[in-house]
Amino acid sequence: MLPTTHYPVERITLANGLRVVLTPDPSAPVVGVAVVYDVGIRSEPEGRTGFAHLFEHLMFQGSANLEKLAHFRHVQGSGGTFNGSTHFDYTDYYETLPGNALERALFLEADRMRGPRLTEENLRNQVDVVKEEIRVNVLNRPYGGFPWLKLPPVMFDTYPNAHDGYGSFDDLEAATVADAAEFFDKYYAAGNAVVAVAGDFDLETAKALAERHFCDVPARPAPVLPDFAEPDLAAERRHSYTDRLAPLPAVASAWRVPDPLTDLAGYLPYVVLAEVLTDGDASRLVERLVLRDRAVTSVGGYIGFMGEPFAVRDPTALLLQAHLPPGGDVEKVLRTVDEEADRLATDGLAPGELARTQARMVTHLLRDTDAVLGRAMQMAVLEVQRGEPGLLNELPRLVGEVTEEQIRAAAASLTIGRRATVEVVAGGAS
Amino acid sequence: MTHVLPDLGPNRELHVPSTVERTLANGLTVLAIRRASVPLVELRLRVPFARAELASSSVLTQTLFSGTADKSTVDIAAALQSVGGALSAGTDPDRLLVSGNALVTGLDKLLDILADVLTGATYPGDEVQTERSRLADRIRVARSQPAHLARVALLKRVYGEHPYAVQTPTPDEVLAVDREALADLHAGRVQPAGGTLVLVGDIDPDAAIAAAERALKSWTGDGDRVDLPAVPPLAPGPLTLVDRADAVQSSLRMCLPAVARTHPDHAPLQLANLIFGGYFSSRWVENIREDKGYTYGPHSMIEHSVAGSALTVSAEVATEVTAPAMLETLYELGRLANLPPKPEELEQARQYALGTLQLGMSTQAGLAGLASTYAGFGLRLNYLAEHADRLASATLADVAAAAARYMAPAGAAAVVLGDAAKIESGLATLGPVVRASVD
Repeated sequence: MLPTTHYPVERITLANGLRVVLTPDPSAPVVGVAVVYDVGIRSEPEGRTGFAHLFEHLMFQGSANLEKLAHFRHVQGSGGTFNGSTHFDYTDYYETLPGNALERALFLEADRMRGPRLTEENLRNQVDVVKEEIRVNVLNRPYGGFPWLKLPPVMFDTYPNAHDGYGSFDDLEAATVADAAEFFDKYYAAGNAVVAVAGDFDLETAKALAERHFCDVPARPAPVLPDFAEPDLAAERRHSYTDRLAPLPAVASAWRVPDPLTDLAGYLPYVVLAEVLTDGDASRLVERLVLRDRAVTSVGGYIGFMGEPFAVRDPTALLLQAHLPPGGDVEKVLRTVDEEADRLATDGLAPGELARTQARMVTHLLRDTDAVLGRAMQMAVLEVQRGEPGLLNELPRLVGEVTEEQIRAAAASLTIGRRATVEVVAGGAS
Repeated sequence: MTHVLPDLGPNRELHVPSTVERTLANGLTVLAIRRASVPLVELRLRVPFARAELASSSVLTQTLFSGTADKSTVDIAAALQSVGGALSAGTDPDRLLVSGNALVTGLDKLLDILADVLTGATYPGDEVQTERSRLADRIRVARSQPAHLARVALLKRVYGEHPYAVQTPTPDEVLAVDREALADLHAGRVQPAGGTLVLVGDIDPDAAIAAAERALKSWTGDGDRVDLPAVPPLAPGPLTLVDRADAVQSSLRMCLPAVARTHPDHAPLQLANLIFGGYFSSRWVENIREDKGYTYGPHSMIEHSVAGSALTVSAEVATEVTAPAMLETLYELGRLANLPPKPEELEQARQYALGTLQLGMSTQAGLAGLASTYAGFGLRLNYLAEHADRLASATLADVAAAAARYMAPAGAAAVVLGDAAKIESGLATLGPVVRASVD
């Protein structure tokens, strides 16, 4: 019997529409605070690629009662750590702190939820910082943006799904303070946000603190969530590009999966399938492509372009990616993946294969909740996307209930005609 | 309603979880800690590996789980997976580390498989060939990454002839490692004496130690203890410039002297480092990122190895601001080495240092990592409480003295990796520059 968690979940909604999720746990004297806004890369305006992420940086540049640098200093000067990150469907801001700093963290989050201090000077400074971030992660290293920035434009046709979420330097430089103010007004509304707190606190005290600090955030409703839907691929799509720094060829393919929110039961088999195919040396593709054929030097598989299966909306995909040895044959790798998917669909799983994959997945799920921050972040996203933070406790059981028949059906859907593939030509091979 | 920053609640005393410890008859020390937060167990096995041959050690980490007399790679992986588990190995110049976790109900199985490979890894020829090729591929990829190349250049510059100077083998060295070399290395060095096994999780510590003893009693052997010489004193000198044509960023690296965790200067130096660049709210980060926008993630940290400690400074900066960024780095180091920090800067750094001690112990994986790392230096988790006391009592004068003694820019070894044609003349305005290569 697979274990599960029993984290308590308290949900409240303040008068201004802000949702608050509290999950107390006295097992360590620390708290995790996560604030999630229901806006991400897919919602940024045309001509402003990278803006959701740039705006995330601006949320750290001061607010009504906090000078620039004050947020960082108050969090770290309380013994805590912080960060924020921008995803396709949401943006998060978070802190982990000793328990005695909970109220301070709520104050800091509330202050910037009322409004960041948007200035031309801070905007120009953070455009420079973001350009350096892109240089570190994309331009000055091999396989930069592979495949999370490189595959969406192959797979999707509409701007929200297909554009470069890190942004072009031209678009970043064209961003204005007025753009930022408009973006804040539209998307950073109390009704479009969730605050989640996990860790060592008294429930009633935390409720009162949340009310005290967030009650006067102005009430603004959530904007209507746009429809990002695109039809499934009708024919195979391929793209290749040369990476001048890459010493090895690489390839990534993606197939659309069912809607994670409206069809969780239909979606879960794909989450498990990705692990059946690629988790560890006993998985299908590692055994075949790495150990037997030596056709690839590494292979991985996951759901969603950022690999977070329970924090993404439709349309999204199951991805497989591989690095090949020097001179490796991408066509052969793709053929073998097809063969293995077909074999799985036709012959099914070996005895014990599904159960052991599920057991390992449960370990990962449980481990991700051990840190108070991991718990707060996941519950915040589950609340913002599903209104169901307690789903975190259900995931181990739901993963364990996926059947062999479902895995076979999911594998059968990984056909060539539904596949989008991007190939990296090794421009740096010596 | 007015909006005033709330005070912190009362400080909660640092609580260090208790550890049950026993040294087994084979010389392995087992440390077990209960943290019942999730029904999992974390495992860390640390085996001293000083002076183990570099290429063979690297391949051994990739083939330790490649087979036993009656199990293949896939059998081992499947058996681990069946209890929600996985194990992997890595090395550095001090130790071999096997890390893993599993559902806590799988602890016995996890230990049995660990014992199987420790006592009976066979390093099958085919698997060795596959894994050494994969490792060579990974090293090729690493050698195309600026952070790796800058690290290689800095280690070479700082450690000279010491074994710490080269920590990554070449692809050719790796491809030459054969089964015999691995079997010899395993027989000679993968031994329980002097090693530590850490188990943390939803366990009964005494029962977990008994389980470890049962599983690992047949793992025996004790080779001679191998020590490393102390690292050479840091030799300041010209900046070392490594060319990376067309790089859009330069990788700035500096190394400064530091002291071991048990040295009386350690806590003051840790605080001085925080004030300089050891966390976001530091002078250097606020200067070159938040004021000037030269860089994204600059950081400085104290790294402890068995044979010595070092303070390293790292930033990736836009090519066109390489020399200005180096100038600000030298300025901030020189300022802290010459003028005492403000009291509020020290208090902020102190709170951060104390708070992050609590955060680090708040997960099973965090506790396991800390317990294992400290054990490698002869320390136990109670070190954290002692260190917290030293952090709490360090004075402004202590911190200023540590900064003056260890953080003066004149005492640094510096390396810059970048497009030499574009950055050399600027860097040369700040001091002498010599060219080097990483090959």
